[in-house]
Amino acid sequence: MTVLAERPSGFAHPEAEHGPTGLLKWLTSTDHKVIGKSYTITSIAFFLAAGIMAMLIRIQLAGPDSTVVSQHTYNELFTMHGSLMLYLFAGPFAFGGIANYIIPLQVGAPDMAFPRLNALSYWLYLSGGLTMIGGFLTVGGAADFGWVAYAPLSDAVNSPGAGPDMWIVALVLTGFSAIFTGVNLVATIFYLRAPGLTMFRLPIFTWNMLVTAILILVAFPVLTAALVMLWCDRHLGAHIYTVSGGGVPVLWQNLFWFFGHPEVYILALPYFGMVTEVLAVFSRKPVFGYRGMIFATITIGALSTAVWAHHMFTTGTVLLPFFSLMSYLIAVPTGIKFFNWIGTMWRGSLQFTSSMLFAVGFLIVFLFGGVTGVLLASPPVDFYVHDTYFVIAHFHEVLFGSAVFGGFAGLYYWYPKMTGRMLREGLGKASFWLMFIGFWVTYLPQYLLGLRGMPRRIAVYSASTGWAGLNLISTVGAFILFAAAAFTVLNLWVSWRVPEVAPANPWDGHTLEWAAASPPVHHNFTWLPPVRSERPVWDFNHPEHTTQMHPPSEGEVTRAERVLASGHPDAGKETQR
Amino acid sequence: MKIEARILFVMFVFGAVIATIYWFTSYEDGGTVMLAAVSLLGLLPGSYYFWWSRRMQPRPEDLPDANPEDSPAIIGAFPSSSIWPFILGVGAAFVAIALVFGVWTAVFGGTLIVAAVIGVIIESRRGGAY
Repeated sequence: MTVLAERPSGFAHPEAEHGPTGLLKWLTSTDHKVIGKSYTITSIAFFLAAGIMAMLIRIQLAGPDSTVVSQHTYNELFTMHGSLMLYLFAGPFAFGGIANYIIPLQVGAPDMAFPRLNALSYWLYLSGGLTMIGGFLTVGGAADFGWVAYAPLSDAVNSPGAGPDMWIVALVLTGFSAIFTGVNLVATIFYLRAPGLTMFRLPIFTWNMLVTAILILVAFPVLTAALVMLWCDRHLGAHIYTVSGGGVPVLWQNLFWFFGHPEVYILALPYFGMVTEVLAVFSRKPVFGYRGMIFATITIGALSTAVWAHHMFTTGTVLLPFFSLMSYLIAVPTGIKFFNWIGTMWRGSLQFTSSMLFAVGFLIVFLFGGVTGVLLASPPVDFYVHDTYFVIAHFHEVLFGSAVFGGFAGLYYWYPKMTGRMLREGLGKASFWLMFIGFWVTYLPQYLLGLRGMPRRIAVYSASTGWAGLNLISTVGAFILFAAAAFTVLNLWVSWRVPEVAPANPWDGHTLEWAAASPPVHHNFTWLPPVRSERPVWDFNHPEHTTQMHPPSEGEVTRAERVLASGHPDAGKETQR
Repeated sequence: MKIEARILFVMFVFGAVIATIYWFTSYEDGGTVMLAAVSLLGLLPGSYYFWWSRRMQPRPEDLPDANPEDSPAIIGAFPSSSIWPFILGVGAAFVAIALVFGVWTAVFGGTLIVAAVIGVIIESRRGGAY
């Protein structure tokens, strides 16, 4: 049923929700909140599946000459671990799950701009994900050429069978899903903002999602086109990536990484945004250097389109000075972000909730991953450690740092808004500390292993290499990480079984989503505060601070004071309209 | 709307400058084409927004002192529920899987897609129902 959404004005009664319930609601809903929740649950399921694969990989590598899994199975495991984590968890959790749910709320909109397209995105994502996993059921097993599918390893001769084809098809489906979500996010942010919510008052998370959505539109079509050409090579004898027919294998790498490096920022920028929101709210301060943060995000997004070949330094076919310089340059806006994050916390009234702990943890671990990224942007260093565990450690620190530490910060922060229930702080803090400890125990040894020459993607090593001790430590760390994730899953289960009701604004938040109920009613808002700064709900709730920072008109202060004094929103009605 | 246009123009200018620098330092055509495409992706919608921004009044969301009651009462039409995205998604998945298992799944998937396209058009014209 189509509903003409009206702009909320005054403290109206919540609009009753129409339409089907139960399974039919899930299948037919075009509400961004239902779709966002579906995305979140599905992506967390893929995260857990990929985590189990990671545990099998670490168990296999715990000791020398291990035979826990066969070499072929090991290849499938690391391929599907990477594919699930990157294509089906880290991206969709951010732009399909959290952003889908939160962005319309943050901009004061009743829904995403194209609700049916939003639903289609989810079904393409789910069917793509199931197709990818379904590769395990085929005779030859799942894809086993790594998540980057380098040609000619991924051609029909070296990787025959239905599993690799299902991997290709799955990525085409999820690629379209991502593109549709990108279009939807851009249209929502450009067209459905609340009155007074100018672009330079948008929350940082919304800004980061805007840049992410534009990057999706830059990157994913290239991957989809490259995959179609790969399929043509495999089945139609196109020879685009094969030397034998006059093709160029390294073309795949160029196309893939032209997608792949913006993809790294598609996986990082949303989490930067989540962390920024969390740090500001739990420091009781506005974001330090708000405009600087936005320009840093835009700069990171722009530069990320021109660094793709730093993944290809050792191919000998790329312009080293250009790509090295461009890669170094990304450290500048990222450094500005770090400066601003610290500035946001500086002399703030810090509250170390689970969400805040994950956000601070993100700062530390991402900094480490980022600094080793600067090392890898230097060709002489990259030549030495390319395709070793040093690279594994680097990108796990960056991606685990953003998608898991940043993602959990966002999940703990917005979970009350999404479900109307609180998560348990004790379990959340236990999850954080286990994760923080497990993170270093897992990945620091991998840097050393890389420097000692352990290549990536090997299933077996001999005792004479001297890698056994560090690998065992890394495996112990992986078990700690698994336990940390289990604590958060337990937390979700406890909140489901024994609900603790969340108020509309449990954290004294700044941005418009905290003006909606928890969970928001159908079409989101029954009222909107006037927007006079980048944190309208804080202004409304704290007029004494608003006067100092953003002088409001007289009427607004009166209204806010009436509401606050009476404790009932209807008290503001007299000054409405 | 002007800010939105400028954001896309940043992409246009950046892509054009980098594509030019890249071409004259590497003479590599593949990467240059992709960077030029980035530039065009900024130019085309950016020009559209810029064209409109010069022909329309600032919207309430562009005005720093607008209040919630300043916007039009009706924001837009938002469907509450529709079965057709699900049907379309399943249909698309079956068509895609035909690339692996042969054309027979495409027949089934294609039927679903046609049904979904017809269904969603009728639904939109009628005002919406699932």
